[in-house]
Amino acid sequence: MLFNIQRYQPEAASAQQVGAQNATYWQEMTLDDALVKPGMMLLDALKLLREQDPTLSFRSSCQEGVCGSDAMQVNGRNRLSCITPLAELSQPIELMPVPGLPILRDLIVDMTLFFDRYAQANPTLNAGKFNPDQEHLQSPADRAKLDGLYECILCACCSTSCPSFWWHPDQFLGPAALLAAERVVIDSRDIQPKQRLEALSDPYQLHRCRGIQQCTTSCPKGLDPSRAIRQLKHQQWTQS
Amino acid sequence: MTDNTNTGHNTPAHPTNSSLTTHQFDVLIVGAGGAGLRAALELQRAGKQVALVSKVYPTRSHTVAAQGGINAALGNISEDNWHWHMFDTVKGSDYLGDQDAIEFMCQQAPRIVRELEHFGVPFSRLDDGKIYQRPFGGQSQHFGQSQATRTCAVADRTGHAILHTLYQQNLAAGTQTFSEFFSLDLLIEDQQVTGLVALEIATGQLHQFNANAVLLATGGAGQIYRTNTNASINTGDGLAMVLRAGLPLMDMEFWQFHPTGVAGRGMLISEAARGEGGLLRNSLGEAFMVNYAPKVKDLASRDVVSRAIATEIHHGRGCGPNKDYIELDLTHLDAELIKQKLPGIRDISLTFTGIDPIEQPIPIHPSCHYMMGGIPTNIHGQVMTQTNGENYPVAGLYAIGECACVSVHGANRLGGNSLLDIVVFGKAAADHILSRPAEVCTTKTPAPKAINPALLKRMQAFQASRDTEIPNDANNDDSVVSFKRDLQQMMQRHCGVFRDQATLAAAKPMLEQLAQRLKTLRVQDPAQGFNLERIQAFECENLLAVAWATLESALARTESRGAHARDDYPERDDQAWLVHLLFFMQPHITLKQKPVQMQPKTVAPFPPIKRVY
Repeated sequence: MLFNIQRYQPEAASAQQVGAQNATYWQEMTLDDALVKPGMMLLDALKLLREQDPTLSFRSSCQEGVCGSDAMQVNGRNRLSCITPLAELSQPIELMPVPGLPILRDLIVDMTLFFDRYAQANPTLNAGKFNPDQEHLQSPADRAKLDGLYECILCACCSTSCPSFWWHPDQFLGPAALLAAERVVIDSRDIQPKQRLEALSDPYQLHRCRGIQQCTTSCPKGLDPSRAIRQLKHQQWTQS
Repeated sequence: MTDNTNTGHNTPAHPTNSSLTTHQFDVLIVGAGGAGLRAALELQRAGKQVALVSKVYPTRSHTVAAQGGINAALGNISEDNWHWHMFDTVKGSDYLGDQDAIEFMCQQAPRIVRELEHFGVPFSRLDDGKIYQRPFGGQSQHFGQSQATRTCAVADRTGHAILHTLYQQNLAAGTQTFSEFFSLDLLIEDQQVTGLVALEIATGQLHQFNANAVLLATGGAGQIYRTNTNASINTGDGLAMVLRAGLPLMDMEFWQFHPTGVAGRGMLISEAARGEGGLLRNSLGEAFMVNYAPKVKDLASRDVVSRAIATEIHHGRGCGPNKDYIELDLTHLDAELIKQKLPGIRDISLTFTGIDPIEQPIPIHPSCHYMMGGIPTNIHGQVMTQTNGENYPVAGLYAIGECACVSVHGANRLGGNSLLDIVVFGKAAADHILSRPAEVCTTKTPAPKAINPALLKRMQAFQASRDTEIPNDANNDDSVVSFKRDLQQMMQRHCGVFRDQATLAAAKPMLEQLAQRLKTLRVQDPAQGFNLERIQAFECENLLAVAWATLESALARTESRGAHARDDYPERDDQAWLVHLLFFMQPHITLKQKPVQMQPKTVAPFPPIKRVY
């Protein structure tokens, strides 16, 4: 099985001599077909490749698609390596880090900007006063509005496939953060949905979304951030 | 606003390991799963300077993978009472749990779950708007009479919802997080824990964190087994730090094998699948649990169900060409119920086996899931140790969550009690830190200390390459990968669902061999930044320490209790073994005993009786 992997080794000797650009290169790697078992995921293959070359760097944790550590670009599309079946992929399998964020090493990117935008979106519910004797009541219908919003794993597949986020990662919140914003705005328990919508009324945070919908295409959990963003815009418009 | 060209990670190419950045905080929390985040929230809101140090971004912590739910006697569906919850937990623990701690946890549960709901956890709902609850194994009404419905659920993604909600609350509270910092060793002065040393993974720099209190919330260590439900990060880093500091671990022979891991892969299929009506079937199509737990069948306690599955397979009634798994059958359930209440496990089954549980049963096999043992603590989360038979708290050190052993789970944990444990004791430890008199909380002068020479030696040893002064063994083709594989294989074969003297004893020379290998284990990656091979080497060291504690304790306990099932000692022996076992690694390997706390504070104790489901 053939792989073509974009490497970035900033500490390699060549990089020290001629600058960081030369630390980036493409490397072909081969995995013995005998090692490839049915049902194997891309992550399993990456672990075997790392046995060939221990410097090959990528993140991973839960290995079952719920922690969001291992987003990467696989044959041109953002995916999670742990739930991407090898059998689905045409060869050579081309691997790159997710686009638009600073690369730290090989497939590892700096997630600071991504998490900063998430915090900026104020994804924290404000349910008012706490009553230790009784939960806030919520009808099954109101609860159902959160389905498709709360399941996000913050892998960044969506935001890093969004051209608006590539251009304005410091100003446009990006689809993942906006999905989280909508998740609290629409929660029947939240006491400040209006303020939340007002806080997103500038030209960038929400309105840099151009409806490209690359976010929805790339979500490995099948969520629809594009729809959440449209809902936010609609709610903002109807409330003002 | 962040400048997108400067990542803050532009460090010199080869920073020296000897430089040390120093930080000063009131409280240091190691690990940012549910327990660490709950404690951090309480402390940060109370105005403490908190540092949350985690080897991954908080949302990558393994709490995220918890599925089924969190137990609390809310009584939203059928009558319930915290006292019944306490009885079930004591019985589930096979009477090894401390009854004062279990009492406290079950009393706190309703409030702590409502608090989570208030923080934003999107619990599934009943028609009257209250939190949805489902039946889980080992739950009863009226002290063992009828099945209770006690597990509060967010579909089958409860851990994810709780972790993300607590993370969001910490963002709002302004908790300072050091993500991708790997903790190496505790700093101790005059028997008081004063901080720790951590490695910044992105740069390879060492950092010294000084604090009045260090709270360990580093989670479990299921990676000591080949087949497990755990994230790759669950390597017992906090446990091994404690052992290296000369402090004990407790009840390490008790590991929960979850009955329903995906066969051949290990990942978890929640107990919620059986709570919603799923049945286990052998190759004859028999729903065999009736033969092992006539009353509650598939909702018996996890140790009972895992042993039943292992026994069925052992007697040739396993499914598939190799007769090596059992089937979890949901096909008789309503498709809509599966889609609404079990969407996550349907997803996992489709992804990893290609099977839609609406149409076909899921192949399952017991998979190492949870560590009942851990760092001994009292109900305030204070780490306990023992000298000359006297048990006392270690100044400045706390442990919470799976890495801790309070003990509320004893010899076997009930499903739905681990998420409860992490939030209850996360808050309890924070409350205790906040209640301490001011003078105890006064920060000592932050003097950068020299790096522990033993630690430096370990780092250099792993990193020795051809051009350094420490010679590389020419014949050394060992690697972190093969080391970990061999350790996991050994534990899987010698310390699994069933154990006996011969198989356990045969593992001891293998442990010693692994300890020798660790001394010559070399990291080939020479880089400082994101040297994940080096992190894995440290993890191997930690896993070995945890495996050692497990094997020694399992050998010593000559009885069967909860998850510790000895073929050669099939009965529980309350005369000799109704007692906790402490394992010390430093200055040399020692086992000691500690009494089980049988006396609750507000109700009568539950005396040990035979455990039948």
